[in-house]
Amino acid sequence: MTAYIGTPASRIDGRAKVTGEARYAADFNEQNLVYGAVVASTIPKGRIKHIDVSQALRVAGVLKVLTHQDRPQMAADDDAYKDDVAPEEGSPYRPLYDDKILFNGQPLALVLADDWETARFAATLVQVDYDAAPYVTDLQAQLSTAYVVPKPEKPRGDAAKAYAAAQVRHEAEYFIPTEYHNPMELFASTVHVDGAGKLTVYDKTQGVQNVQGYLSKIFAGSVQEFRVISPFVGGAFGAGLRPQYQVVLTVLGALALDRSVRLVLTRQQMYALGYRPATIERLALGANADGTLAAINHEAIAVTSQFEEFSRNDTGWSGLLYKSPNTKFVHKLVRLDVPTSSDMRAPGAATGVYALESAMDELAVALDIDPLELRLRCYSDRDQNENLPYTSKALHECYRQGADAFGWSQRNPKPRSMRDGADLVGWGMATGVWEALQMPVAARIVLTANGHAEVSCAASDIGTGTYTIVAQVAADKLGLPIENISVKLADSTLPQAPVEGGSWMAASASHAVASVADDIRDELLKLAKAVSGSPLAGAAGADVTLAGGRLVSRKDAGRAMSISDLMRHGGLDRMTKEKLNTFAQDHSHARNTHSAIYAEVKVDEQLGVIRVTRVVSAVAAGRILNPKTAGSQVMGSVVGGIGMALHEEAVYDHAFGRIMNANVAEYHMPVNADVHDIKVIFVDEPDDQVNPLGIKGVGEIGIVGVAAAIANAVYHATGKRVRDLPITLDKLKA
Amino acid sequence: MARATAREPVQDPIPIPEKISIQITVNGKATELKVAPWTTLLDALRDRLDLTGTKKGCDHGQCGACTVLVDGRRIVSCLTLAVMKDGAQIVTVEGLAKDGELHPVQQAFIDHDAFQCGYCTPGQICSAVGLLAEGKAKSADEIRELMSGNICRCGAYPNIVAAIQQAMGRS
Repeated sequence: MTAYIGTPASRIDGRAKVTGEARYAADFNEQNLVYGAVVASTIPKGRIKHIDVSQALRVAGVLKVLTHQDRPQMAADDDAYKDDVAPEEGSPYRPLYDDKILFNGQPLALVLADDWETARFAATLVQVDYDAAPYVTDLQAQLSTAYVVPKPEKPRGDAAKAYAAAQVRHEAEYFIPTEYHNPMELFASTVHVDGAGKLTVYDKTQGVQNVQGYLSKIFAGSVQEFRVISPFVGGAFGAGLRPQYQVVLTVLGALALDRSVRLVLTRQQMYALGYRPATIERLALGANADGTLAAINHEAIAVTSQFEEFSRNDTGWSGLLYKSPNTKFVHKLVRLDVPTSSDMRAPGAATGVYALESAMDELAVALDIDPLELRLRCYSDRDQNENLPYTSKALHECYRQGADAFGWSQRNPKPRSMRDGADLVGWGMATGVWEALQMPVAARIVLTANGHAEVSCAASDIGTGTYTIVAQVAADKLGLPIENISVKLADSTLPQAPVEGGSWMAASASHAVASVADDIRDELLKLAKAVSGSPLAGAAGADVTLAGGRLVSRKDAGRAMSISDLMRHGGLDRMTKEKLNTFAQDHSHARNTHSAIYAEVKVDEQLGVIRVTRVVSAVAAGRILNPKTAGSQVMGSVVGGIGMALHEEAVYDHAFGRIMNANVAEYHMPVNADVHDIKVIFVDEPDDQVNPLGIKGVGEIGIVGVAAAIANAVYHATGKRVRDLPITLDKLKA
Repeated sequence: MARATAREPVQDPIPIPEKISIQITVNGKATELKVAPWTTLLDALRDRLDLTGTKKGCDHGQCGACTVLVDGRRIVSCLTLAVMKDGAQIVTVEGLAKDGELHPVQQAFIDHDAFQCGYCTPGQICSAVGLLAEGKAKSADEIRELMSGNICRCGAYPNIVAAIQQAMGRS
């Protein structure tokens, strides 16, 4: 029975969010809180020769200044600093550990004071003497140092030879600059000292248990127990997957003073955290005259730090998506003196598929074939990399329904052929693809005799709607009204969950809840059987269901017993069940989500100003638990794609090895006036193979391909192909 | 470990600004507050009055997360020193619902799912309430333009516009 799953239920945490009751990491106040302020490096590489904190200490209200020379003890081995999602290769950065400077903006001191203003003022008085070293921050200037990192995708055939022999060829280089997540919430931690060696950490994170494990290792010698809580997260987009340095610094402050401490980073300081790496993508597509592919060559060159090797799969999507007998993929990294790059909104796919789908558009032009028609001719019903069937793939329907909603058939293929007054009008399209991942997650249900249930799990809700979908699944599985379900998330003491990322949480948490709800049902059935003359005497677990507050026979709805009666018979006020759900390892099928994106741009012919006036995103992602919250996820991802296409770029001054636009005014992001009509379509995609509930997840899929659709629309409008993002008017008019 | 309440007094201390007494009315409640001149209205609300609904997203007046209503007008509280608002009437997101009933803008934000993470939401809502009072915005394009001081990184803009249009219809 599904009363709630699949319905557009409003967020159960909506009221808390519109009234200001929702508390984020920096919102947990207490009396006599100490405030921290960070002193950050102004050079990208070298050593601290001398750090003078004496002036800062003179400021009334300053309690302590921590530096690498004066701080509580921390672990001395790399393993302690490797969080659950740290890159396998390398040595994680250790905040305030020693005198080495690895990147600009690295924290060098933490000023602790009675209030934030005093701490901030005193931080300006800390004097750092540097022993500066030569550094590199320019990807283009360091291409000769690029080295290959192995990726799982295997080559097929001979892509170089097939490309050389192809009837129609397209080869080009695309560029995605360094982009920042810029969640609206500043990275912050509040550490409450509870006494008895316990610290409660309110942290901005996508994974409380990841932070808990990380801190426990770093401070194994001094803290008996960490509890990490993060009930609300003000956006993260991947920035909160790894523990960030402010949480370590806040703990250090709390340990140094034995007092509760809060540290909120400034927006500028957040530009020394992770970022989407600047990436060069080289595509060489060879086609036959009939619009089928003969060769795909895809090479990506991305940025990582000098001390860790972060890379994601950029090129594999090209091998996966389209039929081609010959493929070759190369992934390279360039090490720069910058913080380690990180996951950001569909990491790898947002960049790699942007390039692939731009190249496919250019190939369509070269072939004189409609871009949608080209995708259909290259369509594959199998994962081309692994030669596996999909559990489901409704991309055809995405193409069709998206094209119908957009009016694609009305497109005049000629560039500069469509106009609206002084504006050139362009229509572009692209394909999106992501993985349907699923992870082990545990959930606990406490059912009370009055027909209420509390569902809890350590998973985070970073705005994605986890609270709401967990309540929906629990309500359906327990046969209770959704108002009777309360949900507790993002506390490290709750049942196991991984970081919230990769679009895996909807499927993973839903199945955890469904699975433990079955245990509740079975326990209730045991109680039912113990009642003399039970109407459910001969029933097995699969024969009964929970509905309308009762345990009911599936065959005969007349045979039922109320939950409250059963629990009274059993002498129970409450029933608690907890279970870890794992998914069967089935490698016989590929599991992916897909999308088709259609975009309209209007470009002022004289000024080159670009507006994205319409976007249709048709998504195939299995069963959609909540079209309202899932629709918001995809809509928001489209907005992220608009930013990627037209606005976002961290601008380096390589003379200082520093980002010049480290704020949210000069790092351009879409604002309300930049966003117009966005239509999200969820294509029906029944899938009983991907997992029992048929859920694939929608977090990442929404952004993949969006930048390409817009770039392709800009080309169609203007006849000018801009291959380095963002597409700004200066590039258009150049 | 000894609990550090304060450090030993230092020789030749660098003074910090003295606190000044101000009277403000916050969400209908008359409040006397002693604040240093360098304290922003945002930090005073959050750190001194425990009104943490108002958020800090940039501290530079660039993002709008800290928007509150001062004498009925929407302002960014991070660019406003608290002492400048002595005698002012201040309404924050916590003061919009009356007797447990949500303000029409708050309800419309829930109805239209005009947020995801919720962090920019208090600022968006206060800004929208201010926008309605200004009476300037009529069309969707005008709403978009006049709400562009409030960044939503989750990208809920179309839903924010729809929510404001719903609230306009009701008020």
